[in-house]
Amino acid sequence: MLLIPCPHCGPRAQTEFSYGGDANVARPPAPEDADGGTWVDYLYLRDNAKGGHDELWQHIFGCRRWLRVGRDVVSHEITSCTELAESGA
Amino acid sequence: MSTNGFRLPHGGLPHGRLIDRGREISFTFDGRAYQGYHGDTLASALLANGVRVVGRSFKYHRPRGIYGLGSEEPSALVRLRTGARGEPNIRATQVELYDGLVAHSQNNWPSLRWDISSALGLFARFLPAGFYYKTFMWPGKLWPHYENIIRHMAGMGRSPEGLDPDRYEKRHAQCDVLVIGGGPAGLAAALAAAESGQQVWLADEGAQLGGASQGMRGDEGDEAVRKTIATLESLDNVTLLRRTTVFGKYDGQLYGLVERAGDHLASPAIGRPRQILWQLRTKQAVLASGAIERPLIFANNDRPGVMLTTAALGYLRAYAVRPGRRAVIVTNNDSAYEAVRILREGGVEVAAILDHRHMTEQRALPGTETLYNHAVIDTAGRRGLTSVSIARLDVNGDAVPGSERRINCDLLCLSGGFTPSVHLYSQAGGKLTFREDIQSLVPTSQVPGMTVAGAATGNFIPNTAPPIALGRSRRKQFIDLQNDVTAGDVELAAREGYRSVEHVKRYTTLGMGTDQGKTSNLNGIAVLAAALDKPLADVGLTTYRPPYTPVTIGTLAGRDVGTFLAPTRRTPMQACHEQAGAAFVPAGLWQRPHYYPRPGEAMADAVNREVLAVRQNVGIVDVSTLGRIDLHGPDVAEFLNRIYINGFKTLVVGMCRYGVMLRDDGMIFDDGTVARMAESHYIMTTTTANAGPVMAHLEYYLQVVWPDLRVHLTSITDQWAVVAVAGPRARELLDSLDSDVEFANQALPFMAWRGGHIGGIPAQVFRISFSGELAYEIAVGADHGRALWEMLLAAGEAFDVAPYGTEALTTLRTEKGHFVMGPEADGRATADDIGLAAMLSSKKDFVGRRSLRLPGLLPKGRLNLVGLVPADGTSAIPPGAILLDRAVAGPGMDKAGHVATSVFSPSLDKPIALAMVRNGRQRLDQPLWAHSPLDNRIVPVTITGPIFIDPQGERLRA
Repeated sequence: MLLIPCPHCGPRAQTEFSYGGDANVARPPAPEDADGGTWVDYLYLRDNAKGGHDELWQHIFGCRRWLRVGRDVVSHEITSCTELAESGA
Repeated sequence: MSTNGFRLPHGGLPHGRLIDRGREISFTFDGRAYQGYHGDTLASALLANGVRVVGRSFKYHRPRGIYGLGSEEPSALVRLRTGARGEPNIRATQVELYDGLVAHSQNNWPSLRWDISSALGLFARFLPAGFYYKTFMWPGKLWPHYENIIRHMAGMGRSPEGLDPDRYEKRHAQCDVLVIGGGPAGLAAALAAAESGQQVWLADEGAQLGGASQGMRGDEGDEAVRKTIATLESLDNVTLLRRTTVFGKYDGQLYGLVERAGDHLASPAIGRPRQILWQLRTKQAVLASGAIERPLIFANNDRPGVMLTTAALGYLRAYAVRPGRRAVIVTNNDSAYEAVRILREGGVEVAAILDHRHMTEQRALPGTETLYNHAVIDTAGRRGLTSVSIARLDVNGDAVPGSERRINCDLLCLSGGFTPSVHLYSQAGGKLTFREDIQSLVPTSQVPGMTVAGAATGNFIPNTAPPIALGRSRRKQFIDLQNDVTAGDVELAAREGYRSVEHVKRYTTLGMGTDQGKTSNLNGIAVLAAALDKPLADVGLTTYRPPYTPVTIGTLAGRDVGTFLAPTRRTPMQACHEQAGAAFVPAGLWQRPHYYPRPGEAMADAVNREVLAVRQNVGIVDVSTLGRIDLHGPDVAEFLNRIYINGFKTLVVGMCRYGVMLRDDGMIFDDGTVARMAESHYIMTTTTANAGPVMAHLEYYLQVVWPDLRVHLTSITDQWAVVAVAGPRARELLDSLDSDVEFANQALPFMAWRGGHIGGIPAQVFRISFSGELAYEIAVGADHGRALWEMLLAAGEAFDVAPYGTEALTTLRTEKGHFVMGPEADGRATADDIGLAAMLSSKKDFVGRRSLRLPGLLPKGRLNLVGLVPADGTSAIPPGAILLDRAVAGPGMDKAGHVATSVFSPSLDKPIALAMVRNGRQRLDQPLWAHSPLDNRIVPVTITGPIFIDPQGERLRA
């Protein structure tokens, strides 16, 4: 079970969090102007790359903040966990 | 004490260190009474009593005995205890004897001695590897018959009878260093770590620390180990867990441990758990799990009396039990020569030691024949070993014809080298490399947070010759004793084209028993390598997965059973509902009143009465379970405008608005009402089931997508009690209360809200309706919920008010054509599908809007929400039915849609339904056939609009 270092609550077990997918998938800022392909890619297309992955987790049984977590999808090592604003998202 | 001379007398030898001869213990095995000593295992006590056959094997029902000493035991599996505490497939080698212990052998009928299925052995050549897949595949029609027979014969052991009476606990802990294994290496590691001031935990699966070689290190070695244990026990920063198996390594340096806290007792002490599941996080782990001896492969190598050499020595030295009277040892390494001395010292005659190797400098003691280039090729003995056949080996490792001869013995000790116990290291992702000199896979990579120590590294293991396959034999050469997998099975799999070790494992079931192949995996690979003519190192190893030894489901469940499985949520009015005799129904974690039966009423009667009360009179319903979210901030209106499909900027203080929200993929996500409480203060309601997900959805958009919006969210579901008062006389009822709220249409019109007091209780009154009738939802602080409910009941007596439950609520909303999340909006429905296209704002963007232009979401050809009535006006419409265009159901039928909600409408006095039908809105008045595959019924129905009652909405504005 992952141990996620929440910047507000400290290291907490994975069961306190809810997974929110790839943190680098940005919602098109003006959806109505997005062409169909761009919008469908945003909705459904995700990379499945080996190695490091930036992902969103919400600390639902803690501070309820959506956090950006760096995780190696092979070793499951957590490399970072920050507020979204701090990481420049 | 009757020992048949197998138990060594108390004497000058240091034998029996683990037993206390002062404490005799009675136990029974298969109904016969025996005696043992405190400290014995069931296995050592059975051996001491001369019991050799302890069970029948899985597939061939062959007699099996005690083969190992601890958790590696593949064959001595018994049923321990009886009744609800009965537990199958327990390794006799790990059962600590207690007074009154009851154990039974398994897999035999009518008795261990005379097992009918062992006749299977006579036609065993019809049960080859993969026989499940072959024999029983054809003809398919006969499968049910095969299955019956297989079901009867298959499986090991019987389930316990009745509910488990014991308690199990889960505990969480953290430490700096976890040491796995309490042998000399583990103890030394624990001491070193403890002396450097770290928090140390040490776990060992045995009752006693000291490791497998206890009593074999000589007095000096044993004394050193005893001293280390005493030191560790005296240190505050050390936690020693005995009878505790570290069964799994998980992410984040989390280890799963099971402590058998009460298994060594007849029943756990009162108030104490039987087993404890530890979830332990550590910074560093030391894996000192030792190594397990390998057997050798030859014909009939499974008879009772055939045993691992380390096991034979362990019984002799630690338990003072002679595992036999006359032994033969067969080996391919140097470790067995010391065994000759130890066995003879304990009074076991050692007839011969056979060494597979061609040259050796070792030599046994006088009186024991030393035979190099020799191997055992067969054994004899109906219910236990009586003799072995041996032969000389040629340079290819084959038996030399004519060299065979017999040696009488009742104990055959196998010494095929050692396999490091690297299970947890492999679970952690560590890589293994084959070491030729010891014929084993050993850890060679760095695993973060784990150090391997002692024999688990492969060091301290004697040089070992490669395993040999003794040519083709029609007789069974067992590799995996637990699953009855033979060398022939593995060779057959190779001949049939299986190449990957993972496939061979699944096809033959090699190593898939409860012992996880601790004694068989490496030999299996060796046989496969020979059959494929590949080096052993290239064949590889099957993946190690948790658990290391079986963990009972009760331990994993802990106390999360029965009503503790999940929390139960109750509204503040629960006691009122109970007093009223309500039948309850779970709604997620909530317990909600389903209906309120009066004496003599069946469910349908009660529901119909409750519905009619609301339609004709007045009813009250507890709606506290709806999600409630408080929104504060200057940007709430803008936020709601983006979240809902309809506009919210024009919502003024004092008014409410119904809203529908989508996911970004365009599907309906939830619906509810929003009331504007003040300039920058709103209260949103959600559906009961979606209260949590909607909160997370809102937080996602606020924190991730639009962090610039100034909105603060608070979940307030638990802080409010809410009652809906619905029906044509709702206003009359409320007017009769002591209240400063004006309920009249002009003062409180449809979709308005007002604050005030009811019976002195501060309240918010919302004029909203789910039933389609004149209705008010009254929200008070949770603590006042009961008072409000009782006040409404008391005042309602004059109006014959009816409390109503979720079933009436469903009927009411179905009559009104209101969709709900789940049956109609099932995550695949768009706003247009449900008939809400008019709500879609064209003046603003909102979550999910862009998706509505995607080709798949365009209205044409999609399922629409419609109503259904039975063509004959009376037949019930099967819930969940498939809707067909023709009255013919069967393969290839075209589906026109499905029934979402089906009820009997007491208001219309006929069955009605809501359904999702392809292009349904264009098909009004057309016929369809509702087909229920469950009872093979077809009901002709007619498509109608979804609103059955008051389509103009005059009642709710009354």
